[in-house]
Formats: sequence, C-alpha cells, structure tokens
Amino acid sequence: MTVDIHDLTGKFAPPETRYDIVIVGAGAAGTAAAIAAAHGGLGVLLVDENPVPPGMMGTDVPLYYGGRMTAAAANPGRMVEAIFAANPQLEVAFDAGVEVLLGTCAWGLYRNGPAMKTLPEPMLGLADATRAWMVGYGALIVATGARDVVLGFPGWDRPGVMGAQAFHALLTRYAALATRRMLIFGSDSLALETALLAHRHGIDVAGIVEVADAVRGPSGLLAHVTTAGIAVLTGTVIVRADGGIDGVERAVLRRDGVDITIDCDTICLAIGTEPATELLDASGPVDATIRLVGDCALPGGSAAAGWSRAIAAIAPPETIVCQCEDVTRADLIGVQPPRYLDRSVAIAARSLATLGHDGPVDPDQIKRLTRAGMGACQGRRCRTQVACLLADASGTAVAPATYRAPVRPIPLKLLADWDEPAAMATGWDVWFGIPTQWTPYDTIGTADEHAPGLGGGNMHV
Amino acid sequence: MSEFPASGSVVVVGAGVTGLSAAWWLARSGIDVVVIDKGIVGWEASGRNGGGASHYQSPLFAEEQRLWPQMDELLGYPTEYQRERIIIQRDPALLEHYRAVGRICTAMGYRVDDLDSAQAQAMVPLTDGTCLGGIHLRFGGHANPQRTVQSYAWALHDLGGRIVQHCPATGLATAGGRVIGVDTPRGRIACDAVVVAAGPQANALLAPIGIDFPVTAARAEMIVTEPAPLMAIGGVDGNGLYGRQTLRGNLAFGGGPHEWIGTTPDGAAARPASPLIRSLARRVAEMFPRAAHLNVIRSWAGIVENTPDGRPILDRVGNVTVATMSGVGFGLSPASGHAIRDLVVDGACSFADIAKLGLARFATLEPDWREQRGWAA
Repeated sequence: MTVDIHDLTGKFAPPETRYDIVIVGAGAAGTAAAIAAAHGGLGVLLVDENPVPPGMMGTDVPLYYGGRMTAAAANPGRMVEAIFAANPQLEVAFDAGVEVLLGTCAWGLYRNGPAMKTLPEPMLGLADATRAWMVGYGALIVATGARDVVLGFPGWDRPGVMGAQAFHALLTRYAALATRRMLIFGSDSLALETALLAHRHGIDVAGIVEVADAVRGPSGLLAHVTTAGIAVLTGTVIVRADGGIDGVERAVLRRDGVDITIDCDTICLAIGTEPATELLDASGPVDATIRLVGDCALPGGSAAAGWSRAIAAIAPPETIVCQCEDVTRADLIGVQPPRYLDRSVAIAARSLATLGHDGPVDPDQIKRLTRAGMGACQGRRCRTQVACLLADASGTAVAPATYRAPVRPIPLKLLADWDEPAAMATGWDVWFGIPTQWTPYDTIGTADEHAPGLGGGNMHV
Repeated sequence: MSEFPASGSVVVVGAGVTGLSAAWWLARSGIDVVVIDKGIVGWEASGRNGGGASHYQSPLFAEEQRLWPQMDELLGYPTEYQRERIIIQRDPALLEHYRAVGRICTAMGYRVDDLDSAQAQAMVPLTDGTCLGGIHLRFGGHANPQRTVQSYAWALHDLGGRIVQHCPATGLATAGGRVIGVDTPRGRIACDAVVVAAGPQANALLAPIGIDFPVTAARAEMIVTEPAPLMAIGGVDGNGLYGRQTLRGNLAFGGGPHEWIGTTPDGAAARPASPLIRSLARRVAEMFPRAAHLNVIRSWAGIVENTPDGRPILDRVGNVTVATMSGVGFGLSPASGHAIRDLVVDGACSFADIAKLGLARFATLEPDWREQRGWAA
C-alpha cells in the first residue's frame, strides 16, 4: 500500500519519560494518591503548577488572585518553601520515592480515539519555566482542585478583587496577603468560613454581602460569624468597586434602592467554585486509565446565576464581562463584533434573538463572534458569567464555552518541539502535499501541466 | 427558533462557506433558498482556516480578486478582509519555489515583488536576519473565516433566505429522475433543485442517487498566540505555515502533516487537536523570532475533504449541483458561490471556464483511489 509521506502516522516521538502513574495537582488529594501509589511500588510523578509565575497569578490559574498579594509572591523560592510548609505530606511523598515537580503545569492531554489514531501512546504535555515535554502514563490521576467562580461588575478588574480560594491560598499557604479590610460576596459555607478565617488572622471583615434575601449557609456557621461581630448584608448587590492605582479603596453597595459606601481594600468573591477540569474538557471523555480525586471530582456549585442576574439588573450595559478582550455585557448579548471593527447598521440590528432563529444558542459560536472568552485566560474568568448572561437573555439553558489545549498559556519558544523526529520535518507540508492541487488551471491537460518548477507541495496561499 | 420549512425553491445541503456563499448568490437572484446543516454555520474547516484569498491556480481567481474588496459592502457585515500578502522563507529552496510562484502570478498580470532579507525584515517586523527574503503579493489578501461565514449567513437572512441548523440531510428524495426533496430527521423539504456542498458527508448523500463523489477527509490543525503588535500587512506566512496576523493581533497559523480520518454520515469529530501544536509552535517561533516569547493560547482542528487530484468539483447532474473546493474553499468562496448560482440557474458558469472541474474527470477512477494515495483512514 502506498504511504502518504504527509500523513501524521509515525510523526510523533514517544513520550520523553514514562511513569506508572502521573498525578496532576499536589494538593491534599493528589499528594495522598501519590504516596499510596509509591507505597504500592509504582513509579509516580506528581506535578503541580504552583507556584505559578507572578504574572500569571492575575489570570486565574485556576485561582483568581486579583492583585492583593505582597512582594513575597514574586519570590519563587520562598513560594516553594511555603508550599512545602503548608503541605507536610509532600515531604512524605518525596521520601516514598515520588518524583515531585512544582512550578510545572499540565497543558494538554492527548489520547487516541475515533478521530485520532496516530499517537504512539497516551501523552500528557507538561511545561515549566524553561521547557515543555511529554510524559507517558499507565494511569492518570487528575487532582486539579476547584476554581473560583468570579463575576464581572464595575471595577472587578481592579487589584483587590479576588476569589475565595485565592484568598485562602495567599493567606494560609503563601503568607503573602496584603489585605487589611475586606468585603466578602456570597453567603454559603465558603463565604462564611472565609469570613471566620480572615477574622482569626486579624483582617477587618467589613461585611458579608448576599444578593438573596437570606443567608445561604448553615445557621451554625452564621452564628459564629455574628458572634465575631461581622455584619451580614442580605438583599444587597454591588454597584461598583472604586479605587486608584493601588486597587480597590471602597465598594458601593445597594440595598432597598439605597447606596451604601464601605471602605475596603479587598473584595473576596466567595460565590462558589467549579471543578477545574479544563485539561480533561479539552481532551475528550474520561477513560478507564483516568481517575479524578479531590475537589475536581465534586460537582462544585455556585450562586453565580443569582448574582449575575442581580448585577446585570443595575450595572451599566458597558460593564466589562471579558477582561482579556474588553467585551461588554451589551456587546455579548447583542452578539456584536469587537470594537476594532466598524459596526454597520445591519450588524447593529443583530442580536442573540436573531441568532436564535437558526437554532439553539451555542456558546462557542458566540465566543468566536464576540471574542468573549477568546483571550489569554481562555474564558476561565468569564465563561461562567457569560453562560449565565446568555441563558437569561435567551431564556434557554446555555453551557459554558469549551476549552482547547494548551489549557495554560505557554510561550511559543517553550511549547515548540525543538527535537521533533526527522519524519516530522520530511513529511511537513504547508497544506496536503498534493502537487496537482496547485497546477495553474490553464495548464491542466496541456503539455505544461507536469512541467518542473511547482513540484511538491508547500503551496498554500 | 423559526418554523421548519416545508419547501424551498433550492435547498443547499451544508452551511460551510461554499454552501452559504452559493445560497447568498441564489438569494441575490431572488430565489427562495433554504440551507440546512448537521451543525452550526461554518462549524468545520470553513470557520477555522488560514483565511487566505490569493488563489492563482483557480479558474475562479479573477472573480475572487474582483469580489473580495467589495465583500464587506455586498454582505453588509464585516469579513475583516485585508489586502495583500507576504510569504517569507528561511530555506533557500522554498524561497526559490515561491519566487517561481510569484513569476507565474506576474505572468498572469498580478504584480508580485521579490523581497530580499532586508526588505522582508522591514515589512515584517516580527522576523529577523534568519529570514532570507520572500515575495510580496500586491493582490489577494486574507479575511476572518468565522466572521465571514456568519456574515454570509446574516446577509442571506436579509435577503429572505432560511437556515436550519442541527438538521442533517439523511437522503435525497427522487421522482422521475429528479430530486424532489431533501429528507431530514425533522421532515422533508421539497425543492426544485438541490445544491450539495456537504463536504466530507457529500459522498454518502450522493451515492444512493447514483452520483459518485470522490472525496475523503482529514484533520488539519492550527494554533493561535496572544496578540502581537499589529504589522502593516498582517497576511504574512511562510516557513511551512499558512495563516495570518488577525486584526486583534493574534498570530494564527497551521500546516504540517494531517491525519486521514475518512468520512462518516455524521461527520468525524474535529476535536481534539493533536500534539502537532508543538511542531507548529516551533515553526511560528522560527518564522517570527521576535514574537517567540508570546503565549500560545489555543489550538484547534478542522475536517477537510480532498478530491483525488486536490482540485474542486463544481458540476451539475440533472437538478443536483455538487460542490467541493477540496480543502481550498474559504478564499475562493465569493467566486465559488457565484459559479454555483450560475450552474443552478443557468446550467453554466457565466464568468469562467470551469469545465475541468467537472465529475467527468473521475470516470475512470479506480475504486481504491484512497489506498493508492495512502489516504485510507
């Protein structure tokens, strides 16, 4: 049988290293799984993306750090020490023979399937600050935790607006939190526990803010919060976060139509969490070699729908929903193109409603048309709220937009395979490598058709 | 959602860029047209390709060049069309290869300037001294595929055309040797004529009515970076890559080996992409050393069908017009839609000789043509 040299088959190198078990995420669940596997005599790799580079801490990886961290967060060595100090089991894992790689993210998971048969074996793409590489695995344990669910309101892009899990990490894991006085949004267990944690660490909790008319969390926890003297504002929504170059200075809230201004340097969004499974989402269905443990295996849950509705009811339509691409709520719901394009009368008349005439609303289609979720954070910060806003505007259920590898931003020169197999280079063509595709039409069927000069492919214009 | 259409004068199967353009051209002639698709408009390769629009090899080339500068105005919606292209190379043999292409275009009356290394670096600030030179096409250009397919769809709406998404064609109903309707899970759409522009799914639809439509499908992949400062001409590629800098500034490029995945009635899944993104990243970093620090933020794949000779099929059999652009359809779409409109309405293309793109050339095609080319899935 003829072989098409431009076929992908045989072009990929096998993974650089192989382990019986690879575990992504060195939190409590991932570390425990690693220790158990190592004690069972297996070769184990445990990777964790923390500490993430300081520049990435603003883009939800997966915690929403906002900007209220101290300079200590920019010191990788100190951050690594802090990670070990906060998780003594990591030392146990080391001693058990687990290979532990911190500051190493998993950006892509590749497996053969119905439409892909060219991989030599399942592979996980990893990257640290200096290189990217592929590892093979017998079993993959995903212990990537949960991400903060965050919502856009006027001023949410100011330093000092952060997620509850990020707040916990900066305060207890890294001891790198600069907060002095904070507001907490949300009122379920996550929010109430966050308030009590902050209070114990001497942070002034100016209040817990809940859009619903009643606290969502258990009454026992609420009693502790009340005893600590922390104010609870139900039926209250954020109007805007004001501030200056150093971030949030005060929040304007609205309750029963009356605006209340509260001084604070931090707004902690404790609205909920969702499983941080983008690595799997971008790869396809889970198979028998893959197991989820810890928070990423839980359904999560958030009060995002209620908050999104309450904020949208009072925030101006120009409120930014997607920070990466500067997409406003009005442009999202109007399915309008980005601002660098002129808007014709015809396109200004287009909307979610007119798009819906052709069939149900698809979040990925709206992502591409509006660019909400098309930025460097791949929608990790906005996709939940985008789905809420689209659902409310269309009156239908709308899933969040999907993820694509790499699920972490990786520089070209790092992601690049500088050691690719020779077959990749010899089989490379711009397009399909079909020489007759590029024959000038007039010469087809003439003596010039097979004239030298255009041999080979590499012809995509 | 709109009501399901019981009939249309012309039903177009496939809301890829070719089908949508054909429908738009038909609607411009006042014809009642219905487009159906198994998914969403422009959802396969039509909405996620390199966006190039400079196809000297096609009989539709002159019409492509004539139409693109007018498309935003004609459609009433943005395509992000930008004029001209630059192709740069780091390999002497490839540079000479493209210089030869430039001479072909020049001989056809389309100006191409050769660039030496210094000129290329001046025009392409993201490259460096490793660039040996290139060619500057003073014609052609590039557009945003996703925005363009949606613009065709919206322009079609504005002319009264109807689009039904998530509605695969399951068969063509015939009577008296003619197609009288297109069957779908939601019912039959009666029609006077049909256009099959269903990409990889076309052969399964056409075989039962006796039309052998030889195509087979493969996956092609692309990557995109975070935005770089805008270059004066964003339509720059080379080094084994096709693609462009978008108006937002992102660098979006594809190329390299493909995987043959055959055709299935449902259509093969384009997701996920493969680790090819690492070899794509390498070639983008080589082509644009001054952008090598930029983050790759996404990758994706599209399903592309090819004919045995890689050339389009544009033909009409009875009241069935069949169309595939064999993997090079986006840029030519303004012209291919025009040609298809002419085939449907007049039985012949009014502005170009497309006789060599007919099905007749496959009359002696061997049944194992895929295996003969190493294209079997």
